[in-house]
Amino acid sequence: MPNMSLQKHEMPSQAPDVRNKNFYEVTLGYTAETAIDEAKRCLNCKNKPCMGGCPVRIHIPEFIAKVAEGEFEEAYHIIQQTSSLPAVCGRVCPQETQCEQKCVRGIKGEPVAIGRLERFVADWHNANSCDLPVKAEPNGHKVAVVGSGPAGLTCAGDLAKRGYEVTVFEALHLAGGVLVYGIPEFRLPKLIVQKEIDNLIALGVKVETNMVIGRVLSIDELMGEYGFEAVFIGSGAGLPRFMNIPGENLKSVFSANEFLTRVNLMKAYKENSRTPVFHAQKVAVVGGGNVAMDAARCAKRLGAEEVSIVYRRSEAELPARAEEVEHAKEEGIVFRFLTNPTAILEGENGLVSGMTCIRMELGEPDASGRRRPVEVPGSEFTIDCDAVIMALGTSPNPLIKNTTKGLDTQRWGGIIADERGQTSRPGVFAGGDAVTGAATVILAMGAGKTAAESIDAYIRSKHQ
Amino acid sequence: MYPIVKKRELNPTVTLMEVSAPFVAKKAEPGQFIILRVDEAGERIPLTVADFDREKGTVTIIFQIVGGTTERLNHLNEGDGIHDFVGPLGEPSHTEGLKKVAVIGGGVGCAIAYPVAKKLHGQGAEVHSVVGFRNKDLVILEEEFRAVSDVYKLMTDDGSKGEKGLVTDALKALIEAGNAYDEVIAIGPVVMMKFVSLLTKQYGIKTVVSMNPIMIDGTGMCGCCRLSVGGKMKFACVDGPDFDGHEVDYDEILKRASTYKEFEAREREAACNLFKKEVK
Repeated sequence: MPNMSLQKHEMPSQAPDVRNKNFYEVTLGYTAETAIDEAKRCLNCKNKPCMGGCPVRIHIPEFIAKVAEGEFEEAYHIIQQTSSLPAVCGRVCPQETQCEQKCVRGIKGEPVAIGRLERFVADWHNANSCDLPVKAEPNGHKVAVVGSGPAGLTCAGDLAKRGYEVTVFEALHLAGGVLVYGIPEFRLPKLIVQKEIDNLIALGVKVETNMVIGRVLSIDELMGEYGFEAVFIGSGAGLPRFMNIPGENLKSVFSANEFLTRVNLMKAYKENSRTPVFHAQKVAVVGGGNVAMDAARCAKRLGAEEVSIVYRRSEAELPARAEEVEHAKEEGIVFRFLTNPTAILEGENGLVSGMTCIRMELGEPDASGRRRPVEVPGSEFTIDCDAVIMALGTSPNPLIKNTTKGLDTQRWGGIIADERGQTSRPGVFAGGDAVTGAATVILAMGAGKTAAESIDAYIRSKHQ
Repeated sequence: MYPIVKKRELNPTVTLMEVSAPFVAKKAEPGQFIILRVDEAGERIPLTVADFDREKGTVTIIFQIVGGTTERLNHLNEGDGIHDFVGPLGEPSHTEGLKKVAVIGGGVGCAIAYPVAKKLHGQGAEVHSVVGFRNKDLVILEEEFRAVSDVYKLMTDDGSKGEKGLVTDALKALIEAGNAYDEVIAIGPVVMMKFVSLLTKQYGIKTVVSMNPIMIDGTGMCGCCRLSVGGKMKFACVDGPDFDGHEVDYDEILKRASTYKEFEAREREAACNLFKKEVK
């Protein structure tokens, strides 16, 4: 008999006024009992609409059925067939616009908490199972993966499972890409990322850190003297965007990438870290995506009295996950909607003393379908702040584009790849933010997965 | 780990290290830089490539002990390893087609200017090197510079070696004496590069300066190294580190470089205490 409750089980969390002062994980995860009870809300629909909303097509009803039976390890194996990073996805996917949006239970009441169940299963496995993944029989073919973020790791994992000898090249000193430098500890503990990477290494994937492809080795060298038959480029987000307004180069203006890298990758929030981070009192974060929420919540945890999100559209248009917005509000982040910065003001010592903004109103929908914000004449006002963080997205890193002949790119710099991940160069595939511009972890994973299929087909076709 | 194969004290505050990093050595060019972390808890700092040996697979770095990280780095010896060493990063200096060049080095900036002078000399250009230091004890790479320079002018602030004066005095004299340079390449303290550029602007001589702002990733991701060049935002790690000296906003760079000054002073003190050294 299914559980017909209209509400999904609440996620246990640290209290807002406790967690906004520490970097421990905000949400604590379901207990086994709660997970089983939540799993029983699934109607096991024949046509599986939820799967249609999942970029990596996890067999959702099947794994949930196993959870309902208390067979957690079996549930894990079902997820693992299609997803390389279950503990990560269960935490950072925007389920409300993907699987859960398609859930039949959501028509009347709340959808099944698919994301929370996925996380439960992955965490249960990590805590209770010592089974290392089984290495596939080597097929004798070498593939290089550039970048160890969600796209690269997924592609590497899927290829390793097919028997490929995969080497992942990472530019930073630590693998994980945005999962380690961007997404904060309190949303995605780094131990979980490390565990997922360890799983890939157990599958036979090699990870080479401190290797900036495009500088130390070119794509041509990888495919030439190093003998890789195919390359997947998942080099991720690149240079941060700024607004081109006065004062953006003041000392206490940071890109979200810089601020988050200092805090997350370099652990600047810890007393003993040798990487400095600016401790501000009043912080304005410009932007409305997940990165803006992460930056704002980090700033609060570093001790800022007041942190505000400055966003030029209204709440309905916020691109961030609903849960992140809700968590940010609970933690005391102030939202200034329909507000757009026009200048950052210089105070003493080259530091920020405030930010002039103008009020906006929503006009006609633009190309993205969102209503375009337009300035309200004469509505300028000043926000009092001593630091500004710009979270406006990124433009792709130019290194690979500039050093790889015959690799076509968009005018804005993104690598051009078709829906199968194929670029203009034979044997070279790409996916994730390097192709789409700033997007989500799960879309990057989907692209990595598709590219792995394409690479497999490409190498097979060459050896027929 | 990247083993240190050679360590040499160039003066009491400047150290040379030759580091085994074959992949970096294979591709490094003058003007490029590396990023290193001394140990697992270390910060990432950029240092310009001072020399490289493709055969031996080594890269030479020369650094001034200015903060906690360089203090810790200086505490390592031959045989020890540097935890992370990534590069080469940034665009190489453009030297193609240059026939007569004045290379200006200030202080530890000479470590970066030297490989450029060497490359120019190697391609047959006439190289006039003008180097400046505060006093005779701080002079570095004198022999190396002399070996690749047609003219070598050594300036010290106090006149304890070479001529007394600033590098701009010597450069001005050379220009006034009729030397027509294709380009002036200035590498050193920001203030020196600013004044060299102001001088050469009067004579309309193209001037290239090398920027060394605060960086984290160094690969074009964090945006920390941004600067204004000709009123446009540029990133030293992917667009530079070399820029047109007449277009750079030096005052902004000076301000930005002081962002973490207090933290750096504390870190330096902590590192000195760790090694039981007197804080100078």
